[in-house]
Amino acid sequence: MESRIQKEARPDTMLLNMGPSHPAMHGTFRIMLELEGEKILNAEVEIGYLHRGFEKTCENKTYFNLLPYTDRLNYVSPQINNLGYAMTMEKMLGIAVPERAQQIRVLMSELSRVSDHLTCLAAMAMENGAFTVFLYMMKAREFLWDVIEFTSGSRMTTSYIRIGGVRADLSEGWRDSVRTAVVETRRVLKDVHGLLDKNQIFLNRTRGIGAISKEDALSYGWTGPCLRSTGTLYDVRKAQPYLIYDRLDFDVPLGEHGDNYDRYMVRMREMEQSLWLIEQVAGLIEDKKPRAKAEEIEPTEAVRIGRLQKPLQKIRLSPNLEGSEKERYPEILTGDAPVAVPPKEDTYTTMEGLISHFLFFMKGYGIRPPKGDVYFSVEGGNGEVGFYIVSDGTDRPYRLHLRAPCFHIISAIEQLIRGRFVADIVPTFGSMNMIGGELDR
Amino acid sequence: MSGTDFLTTRFDTAVGWARKFSLFHYPFITACCGMEYMSTACAHFDIDRFGAGLTRFSPRQADLLLVVGTVSHKLAPVLKTVYEQMVEPKWVIAFGACAVSGGIYQNYAAVQGIDRIIPVDVYIPGCPPRPEMVLDGLLKLQEKIQKQPQDWRWRRKT
Amino acid sequence: MEKENLIEEIRKRFPAEIESDIETLGDQILVVRREGLIAVMSGLRAAPFDYAVLLDLTCVDFLATENRFEMVYHLFSLSRNRRLRIKASLPAEAPVVDSLVGLWKNADWLEREVFDMFGVGFMGHPDLRRILMYEGFEGHPLRKSYPWRKEQPLIPMKD
Repeated sequence: MESRIQKEARPDTMLLNMGPSHPAMHGTFRIMLELEGEKILNAEVEIGYLHRGFEKTCENKTYFNLLPYTDRLNYVSPQINNLGYAMTMEKMLGIAVPERAQQIRVLMSELSRVSDHLTCLAAMAMENGAFTVFLYMMKAREFLWDVIEFTSGSRMTTSYIRIGGVRADLSEGWRDSVRTAVVETRRVLKDVHGLLDKNQIFLNRTRGIGAISKEDALSYGWTGPCLRSTGTLYDVRKAQPYLIYDRLDFDVPLGEHGDNYDRYMVRMREMEQSLWLIEQVAGLIEDKKPRAKAEEIEPTEAVRIGRLQKPLQKIRLSPNLEGSEKERYPEILTGDAPVAVPPKEDTYTTMEGLISHFLFFMKGYGIRPPKGDVYFSVEGGNGEVGFYIVSDGTDRPYRLHLRAPCFHIISAIEQLIRGRFVADIVPTFGSMNMIGGELDR
Repeated sequence: MSGTDFLTTRFDTAVGWARKFSLFHYPFITACCGMEYMSTACAHFDIDRFGAGLTRFSPRQADLLLVVGTVSHKLAPVLKTVYEQMVEPKWVIAFGACAVSGGIYQNYAAVQGIDRIIPVDVYIPGCPPRPEMVLDGLLKLQEKIQKQPQDWRWRRKT
Repeated sequence: MEKENLIEEIRKRFPAEIESDIETLGDQILVVRREGLIAVMSGLRAAPFDYAVLLDLTCVDFLATENRFEMVYHLFSLSRNRRLRIKASLPAEAPVVDSLVGLWKNADWLEREVFDMFGVGFMGHPDLRRILMYEGFEGHPLRKSYPWRKEQPLIPMKD
């Protein structure tokens, strides 16, 4: 099968394939180049190597079941995808989320956003030869992931933000881990500013390269840091504030020329803003008294006592469920509608609890939104992550579509690299932050 | 096996020792597991202390193929080509649930495990696996390499 | 112009092309006839409506009904911070609609994806071919008639 570039190429030029498995191609992305020496005359891009059938899978899973699939979309900031999906469902069902859950959601979103920008800039710097920056930023990312792991149990793909709230309350000692993460990340950012900001090699490779105008960026549907690097102010957190962003104080950094260097700088500044947001939210979240573990009783004991009287002590649950005990439920999950897993204390000890547990998970029952369609978007690491869900009244979505921000950003890459040299592809592509899971869905 | 004696087994042990501590890996990264690969390769959970730290970005210079992440049907011919470009001796690690068995993606687009395309030596499950699990898998592969005998059939007498 | 007048203004400008307008859950939706799609879109992109950004372009397959495919467009006006959803139904026998490549540049790839996944044709598209699936894949995966687990391997699979 001849590709378009093979048909269009002049006979005296060289065709080079930067194949899907390539160190600078961020996973799976193919660029076919028509070269004259080092100069790119024409480029063709082929995507779809990580198409995993997300949208078709979602049509066959219940609304609760498809939450882990949303994690794996933009896999460097998974909590933001979870958040987008959860908030779309909450808009469709018309339920309100408790205040503490909103604060925790903001904390998790901003931690995700910082790790997204860290990964993007680390990969971009490494591909340009700055290996130290990669190692430093990965070190900072470990501290951020520690915070996420202590609360949700998993470092990356957590499925922590659920419809109606969050899965569990923050772990004990979360303040220390957040403080360590913020301090370490600030230290790393200071080092990276010193290494790259005025570095002549980095400037030569990124200044003026891959520039795009405001009108073109809007015509391509760019959003997020790449659009803001052209000087256009559009941030979903400011334009359509969700969660508690309207009460928090943060700036939206803007670039000027829309080139690689501006995209790098916008991301660096955004990380500083996100760290400031994390500190503000950490100040808002109240501390909770830890449970007295010694007085707890086993579920079987509670069932035995419960035959004659209501047990007074709390029930001991598995350590995996720490943070999602029944007394925490009103603060972390909505009471509006049964959209969340019922508390385990009820499930283990009472018949009604067991029945409600089954009715939540069984096919045909569970979350059944009214017929209709809804679209909601949040600010992801790359831009506006939108979910469009069509419901037909059953327990599965009829159609679920993801508005992937990097799909629009990458559709402009052929225009950005045409006329430049082969070596310019690497910083241009790196600064656009292509994430295969989001691009190909 | 005929042809083997004390000297050949010592030689096998020495060659196995040299091979297992000097693995050059080619990271065939596709998806989310790539983030955990990056963590494993970096300073916190260093993979270099096991001798496998140097990433060769060409399959012709590598002896360990790390298939990281989901392989879709569109990418399957590419994986097969990359595997065939590697020179013997070569080993394959399936990193992550999607490479092991298709993971959570059981649909028209994903290959249900890369062992349908290429032979696999070590399977590392997890979605994504923790870096400690990856290092455990690497150690198991090193044990396997240590025990791998050479082909001594040419020494068979009469 | 105010939000309440916006829909009336749009309907006054395009009385023939717009079939109905709905407001649900805070979203504004306009249902448009597919013949008038280009006219409505060009009008909305220009002043005074200023919908400069095509946020999203997708399709829904209603297998049971006569108008099988429904194209859904999400427009966004940066200057006025307003969103709009436009829907246009396509019949099952000839699912073809005008391409918006002349208006917004990202329509190129978005329409290729809808063609790949649903088989909807776009008139005026410069290069309509598959984008996410591979050459040699038969069928359109996101149609309701395509089985979820039917694999079409490119190279032979061992079992």
